[in-house]
Amino acid sequence: MAKVLVFIDNPGQVLKKASLELLTMARSLGEPAVAFNGELHDDVAAALAAYGAQTLYRPSATDLDDYLVGPKASYLAAAVQTAGATVVLTENSAEAKEIAARLGIKLGAGVITDVVAVDTDGTAHKSVLAGSYTTTAKATTPVAVLTVKSNSITPEPAVTGTAPESVTVQVPETATAASARVTARTEKAASGRPDLTEARIVVAGGRGVDGNFGPLEDLADALGAAIGASRAATDAGWIGHDAQIGQTGKTVSPQLYISAGISGAIQQKAGMQTAKVIVAVNKDAESPVFEIADFGIVGDLFQVLPQATAEIKKRRG
Amino acid sequence: MKIIVLVKHVPDAQFDRHLTGPGNTTDRSESILSELDEYALEAALQLIEARGGEAAGNKVIALSMGPAGAVNAVKKSLQIGASEGVHLTDEALAGSDAAATSLALAAAIRHLGADTPADLVLTGMASTDGETSLVPAQLAERLDLPQVTFASSLELDGARLTARRDGDTHADTLEATLPALVSVTDQINDPRYPNFKGIMAAKKKTITTLTLADIGVDPAQVGRSGSWTAVDSADVRPARTAGTIITDEGDAGIKLVEFLAAQKLL
Ligand SMILES: Cc1cc2nc3c(=O)[nH]c(=O)nc-3n(C[C@H](O)[C@H](O)[C@H](O)COP(=O)(O)OP(=O)(O)OC[C@H]3O[C@@H](n4cnc5c(N)ncnc54)[C@H](O)[C@@H]3O)c2cc1C
Repeated sequence: MAKVLVFIDNPGQVLKKASLELLTMARSLGEPAVAFNGELHDDVAAALAAYGAQTLYRPSATDLDDYLVGPKASYLAAAVQTAGATVVLTENSAEAKEIAARLGIKLGAGVITDVVAVDTDGTAHKSVLAGSYTTTAKATTPVAVLTVKSNSITPEPAVTGTAPESVTVQVPETATAASARVTARTEKAASGRPDLTEARIVVAGGRGVDGNFGPLEDLADALGAAIGASRAATDAGWIGHDAQIGQTGKTVSPQLYISAGISGAIQQKAGMQTAKVIVAVNKDAESPVFEIADFGIVGDLFQVLPQATAEIKKRRG
Repeated sequence: MKIIVLVKHVPDAQFDRHLTGPGNTTDRSESILSELDEYALEAALQLIEARGGEAAGNKVIALSMGPAGAVNAVKKSLQIGASEGVHLTDEALAGSDAAATSLALAAAIRHLGADTPADLVLTGMASTDGETSLVPAQLAERLDLPQVTFASSLELDGARLTARRDGDTHADTLEATLPALVSVTDQINDPRYPNFKGIMAAKKKTITTLTLADIGVDPAQVGRSGSWTAVDSADVRPARTAGTIITDEGDAGIKLVEFLAAQKLL
């Protein structure tokens, strides 16, 4: 059976949903193992076992986080060799994609990013050109490296749990030689809302919110949604850059995307048009966002959103 | 100092884009200089200008790999202010994936650094067609250079480079020693436009054409044969069509909730 290695980097106290999805996908492709980095908390260890990890690889070095990407790729390459893995699965974050990129060169392995599904024969499905095409692609090399978008499959624990054996992987001494060093790190305050790329519902605001995300936050809280933004809103400093959706921000494909005060420029659409359902609220009936909205409201977001929030609360009693 | 900026000729995202080339490759007929590379070019120009510009022996080389038309990305870079242009072009390159692309670009960068190695290789954060962000990281790996990617700021003090990188959960300050590879985001600067003077000056600048033979790459290592991934199928996703549009008459918020309820999204 194919050995499938899932890379899990610094999960903290609990395993993210995205990691559970990767483990579930790994089981559908072969025998799952985990290459882990960071502190292993009990909850995380328990989840890895429940999701069927056969082996847990951990790095001999503890300073991988002090460098950008390179040493993690060296560790992962050593883990793939130790495990004899033929498939590597990682998240689709910027950093994970870069680790995958370098791992690919180290192993002579094809890398496919933005994957949403994998067939048992290794065929990967993804969408390209800002969601205008769906493609299938395959690595032609003995090892395949796939970065998988979150929300691609429903996580399910294994029928029978495991007691994964822990194996230390020797990180090559040269791993940090030509690497950029992280000299300072500022943690961002957690919003308490769902993670943008994992959220089932996203409420996004643009220049039209005019500095006031309050009505969007209220609606997001009523819906259990994450908050997103256009570049105009992040550039204006009304909300952090990590909320930006689009070509140079995040790509999201939630069940529901509510766009408020956003015109719908091509670079914004690039990040959200694979959402299942799109709702748009905009004062200007000519806004391009209405070309792709399933439900469009020509109106003032400061009227429409609070009314919707109140109505949701009323219905829920 | 010597800076190599990678510039890609990509289909203009303002128009419909198609995968109708051989082997599901991109149709490049309506192509432009990738917008995201303009930020890298601007960063390079600012760095050399702060060091006395070309007069002080600094230069910015714009390097593009691609078919005949890709020379337009090089020309535009020269108009914006690059000192020299290089166009790597060879039939055997067609259909290269990120791994094959990074192999060819790494060889071209080594070739261009044969007498004086480049101090910096600068790229955009992603191409606006493939959008994988794989190539900068793969180039750093192949060239064994420190990788400073997704930089939203960049400072140089002698051979010491400092950059800021904005992650999801944290922001990092990165430090590396030159030579290094840096990719920059669209947050780093406001790219300049070519002006009349720049357009006239560009006519006198040289564009060197390189083939695989010039950079010592075996054609079998690139193109579809040298790629490590293959695209098997490409299907146009049905374009989204507009649904119901209503104008607020004082109850649109309620109608919105009714719509969500009907879609079972509440
Ligand atoms: C290289 C590059 C990369 C880019 N990357 C991204 C990206 O990743 N993401 C992104 O979003 N953009 C990106 N952009 C920018 C993009 O081109 C647009 O400029 C941006 O998306 C516009 O944001 P906006 O819709 O919020 O603002 P605008 O275009 O100014 O639209 C504001 C909208 O709000 C409406 N409005 C105003 N007041 C109200 C109100 N009270 N109620 C309801 N509606 C109201 C207006 O009618 C208008 O349609 C990029 C651009 C470039 C060049």
